[in-house]
Amino acid sequence: MSAIILFMAVIAVIAGWWLSQQRLTAKPWLEEGSIDDFPGTGAITLPAAKIGLGVFLAVAGSLFALFISAYSMRMNMADWRTMPVPSLLWFNTGVLVLSSVALQWAHIAALRNNMDGVIVGLCAGGASAVIFLIGQLLAWQQLRAAGYFVASNPANSFFYMMTAAHGLHLMGGLVALGRATAKVWRGAEMAQLRLSVELCTIYWHFLLLVWLVLLGLLTGWTDDFIDICRRLLT
Amino acid sequence: MVDVPYDARADAPPAEVPEVELYHPRSWWTQYVFSQDAKVIAIQYSLTASAIGLVALVLSWLMRLQLGFPGTFSFIDASQYLQFITMHGMIMVIYLLTALFLGGFGNYLIPLMVGARDMVFPYVNMLSYWIYLLAVLVLASTFFVPGGPTGAGWTLYPPQAVLSGTPGQDWGIVLMLVSLILFIIGFTMGGLNYVVTVLQARTRGMTLMRMPLTVWGIFTATVMALLAFPALFVASVMMLFDRLLGTSFFMPALVEMGQQMKYGGGSPILFQHLFWFFGHPEVYIVALPAFGIVSDLISTHARKNIFGYRMMVWAIVGIGALSFVVWAHHMYVSGMHPKFGFFFATTTLIIAIPTAIKVYNWVLTLWRGDIHLTVPMLFALGFIITFVNGGLTGLFLGNVVVDVPLSDTMFVVAHFHMVMGVAPIMVVLGAIYHWYPKVTGRMLDDWMGKFHFWVTFLGAYLIFFPMHYIGLLGVPRRYHDIGDTSFIPSSTHTLNAFITVMALIVGFAQMVFLFNLVWSLFRGRPSGGNPWRATTLEWQTPETPPGHGNWGKELPVVYRWAYDYSVPGAAQDFIPQNQPRTTPAVQGAAP
Amino acid sequence: MVVALILLLVAVGSVLFHIYSPWWWTPIATNWSYIDHTISITFWITGAVFFAVIAFMAYCVFRFHHKEGRRAAYNPENKKLEWWLTIGTAVGVGAMLAPGLVVWHQFVTVPADATEIEVMGQQWQWSFRLPGKDGRMGTTNVRNISPENPMGLNRDDPHGQDDVVIESGDLHLPIGKPVKVLLRSLDVLHNFMVPEFRAKMDMVPGMVTYFWMTPIRTGTFDVLCAELCGVAHAQMRAKVIVQEVSEYHAWLETQKTFAELSGRKAVTKATYKSGGN
Repeated sequence: MSAIILFMAVIAVIAGWWLSQQRLTAKPWLEEGSIDDFPGTGAITLPAAKIGLGVFLAVAGSLFALFISAYSMRMNMADWRTMPVPSLLWFNTGVLVLSSVALQWAHIAALRNNMDGVIVGLCAGGASAVIFLIGQLLAWQQLRAAGYFVASNPANSFFYMMTAAHGLHLMGGLVALGRATAKVWRGAEMAQLRLSVELCTIYWHFLLLVWLVLLGLLTGWTDDFIDICRRLLT
Repeated sequence: MVDVPYDARADAPPAEVPEVELYHPRSWWTQYVFSQDAKVIAIQYSLTASAIGLVALVLSWLMRLQLGFPGTFSFIDASQYLQFITMHGMIMVIYLLTALFLGGFGNYLIPLMVGARDMVFPYVNMLSYWIYLLAVLVLASTFFVPGGPTGAGWTLYPPQAVLSGTPGQDWGIVLMLVSLILFIIGFTMGGLNYVVTVLQARTRGMTLMRMPLTVWGIFTATVMALLAFPALFVASVMMLFDRLLGTSFFMPALVEMGQQMKYGGGSPILFQHLFWFFGHPEVYIVALPAFGIVSDLISTHARKNIFGYRMMVWAIVGIGALSFVVWAHHMYVSGMHPKFGFFFATTTLIIAIPTAIKVYNWVLTLWRGDIHLTVPMLFALGFIITFVNGGLTGLFLGNVVVDVPLSDTMFVVAHFHMVMGVAPIMVVLGAIYHWYPKVTGRMLDDWMGKFHFWVTFLGAYLIFFPMHYIGLLGVPRRYHDIGDTSFIPSSTHTLNAFITVMALIVGFAQMVFLFNLVWSLFRGRPSGGNPWRATTLEWQTPETPPGHGNWGKELPVVYRWAYDYSVPGAAQDFIPQNQPRTTPAVQGAAP
Repeated sequence: MVVALILLLVAVGSVLFHIYSPWWWTPIATNWSYIDHTISITFWITGAVFFAVIAFMAYCVFRFHHKEGRRAAYNPENKKLEWWLTIGTAVGVGAMLAPGLVVWHQFVTVPADATEIEVMGQQWQWSFRLPGKDGRMGTTNVRNISPENPMGLNRDDPHGQDDVVIESGDLHLPIGKPVKVLLRSLDVLHNFMVPEFRAKMDMVPGMVTYFWMTPIRTGTFDVLCAELCGVAHAQMRAKVIVQEVSEYHAWLETQKTFAELSGRKAVTKATYKSGGN
């Protein structure tokens, strides 16, 4: 459970930092008066959707941290046989990086009021994300053809389950991306678009990060790291 | 302190919401069924949760009938008994209490109490309810599928949950897991709303330390739930894989009824870690909203500020954080590494300290108060007794070595029913008596309310207090019939029969309550806008029940904390939160 | 004031019920009286707190219930009082935790001279295994399990040949000798519970769990399963008989070893094999 504990510790630090800005030691019964006497303790002024995305990323992060925790506990059992990673995954990883870069491009273009750049970025990002998903499906097929079925070893089971979870999250992101693109189609103003593009970009970077961690896990790079963590804890 | 001019609106410009931002229902369907108004969603959540909760109540009667009079009721056999306890537990913990506190009270009270017009994502909020309803329907459907609902116990421990020695192995367990997954998706949608609304949509002047403890409790519980439910999600998905695809996440090599199974190498304890990583915070997800609400009930009805407000806030936050590092105290006898026992016993008993502080502060709020023994106050008192009792028996079970003889006995059953069954239900009921006037504009009938309280409180206490001693004797839980043993005196059967009779009586008292809810809707005394003369914002709405958008043209502005009761020198014994300091007369109490 | 009186009665009644309850823990049969002492300490501390809190509350209700003209005091907090209560609570918690951890340390520290025995659970019966003359138990594997080899012993392991295998019989234990009870399960979770022993532990398929104890009293005790294991969970019973050492040995002599039990079948098999070749 070390991965999830670590993740929770990070969340706790963020929450603690934010709470420390909120004057929790103030004596509220002595503090009558308007809000202007207490700067910085009002509602957060960021758009709700952005805070919402931040909270959702914490939830999704918790989900993946738990998958990773389960993975690291299960892999210590005797029957674990690490699965070869199909080389297609490297290609997919490259595509996903491109996807993130494209969205970053769109985000920067949105900040510079460059509508053409936004359109190119969104389309390229969406297309490469779809290619990534197709690539993942192909990787599944290759593995199945090579005899690595979902139930033949827990390593395989985790591979299919975690790539599926990641893929589903990306599909959810594609829906949001589709809606942002549809806004462009309907001729929305840049001001309305900027937030959508930014949120998609943040989400894409998050999913790229998750994918890199998962890839590290599946290829065994993180084994040493997990080992160190375990030794520290026990 | 800066002197605030009377017309404080000059320096705090009205935060008028442009019309376009508010969602407007266009038809009866979008107003009452597919509504995006948090208040309607709250009522939908509450009614659905209560409906499925009634099913769980009936299940509890059935299993009490079996326990009180074993062998008398031929229609209850061992496998049905297990199905009853499983569905009862799962419904009560997740589909009733979690949904009611967060989906029901959270939706209704958060926007009103922080001075917002609605939740920040009304559409997602609506989806949250409909997915929750779907989860409930999937759960209820298991009563009608071949094999019936799962009988694995609400903990759903593998390998048992997916093997054929357990009832509901073919459809029941699969649908249960699907229902849980749906619930978590739906809850996450709602939870995002509750959290972001508190973070982003508080009205001017509503600093965190001016929020009522109700909002603090629900807010913290929601944050915890958002982080903890993924653990149940992961566990459910993995178990579905084991059950449907034949993977071995949790399934070791095993021989079932003489047959070698194809599973191998998995770890049942891994499931328990995941389950309780969700399961223990879940206890506080139910408890923290109850803590918050009961603080407000006590303060309002004792006409006194909550004692030690800051400590109360810190304790809520502290309990929330600590509850993520105590999960394995449910697993002392699970066979996990014994060294963990030292760590988890220590963290578990440490969590008792902030919890005890909360109890002290509740009773110290009563001290030198002006205690109105209204029905909500009575339920608050009932909560304190049952919660103190259940919390103290928790110190037995949290202390690793004491848990060894008591775990898996009726002592555990009595403990958690007292602390997270009866106690939160006391708060739910008290809160309904408290806020019903705001929701409907009418008071609940007082006489029926008092009858309901005394029967429920004394009856529930008489059910669960003696039950501890049956457990102390060594009667295990989840036995449909204890059968013949050398160590159980026959008087235990008499006690069991008594408990069953009390359970039936308490159950029927709830029918009086339901009647009261319906009767008062039409015949109840009109309540006015602020019948309890309370300070918090929800009582200061221009209309009762609050209209669409809650606040009319202008959002309220907050000038003080939520507990200005009996302030020396003030004309009345309460000052609403939105009343500027130099105002001579009390506003609020608008009809 | 009726409400205050009823609240007080709840507190007094709870204490009286505790004192006069005919339902109490079973007379102990092992060395784990430490556990009982820890429970007693916990009862004293929690009982005192329970009574104090409820009685104080009842007094508040009696003394400060609403009357015409009463006005509540204005008292946002009292730092000193809160700190004292916090410290007091911490001391009380420590007084329960410290003995608990000390006893837990004993509980998980198996003495070197403890004899290993094995309890195996399956739906819905118990099997027992005692080490033979060599004092060591043979290795097992779930995959070996068959009607002839219900506990799945490895046939090649010399230590296993003299193990005493008791299928669906009672477990006998000598008094005064520490035993380390190894727990195994074939199918689902079970839990070996003898109320008089106080100690218990889950049996988890795929791993071996354990606890240890020293029986201090002869007698026959009920074995129950304390972890839900399916439909017949409540019927999964056996008996443990704690005997004087001499009686125990007399009983042990009459038991069959693994080699004896599987001998005939093994011989048949060997013949078949050689015949086949």
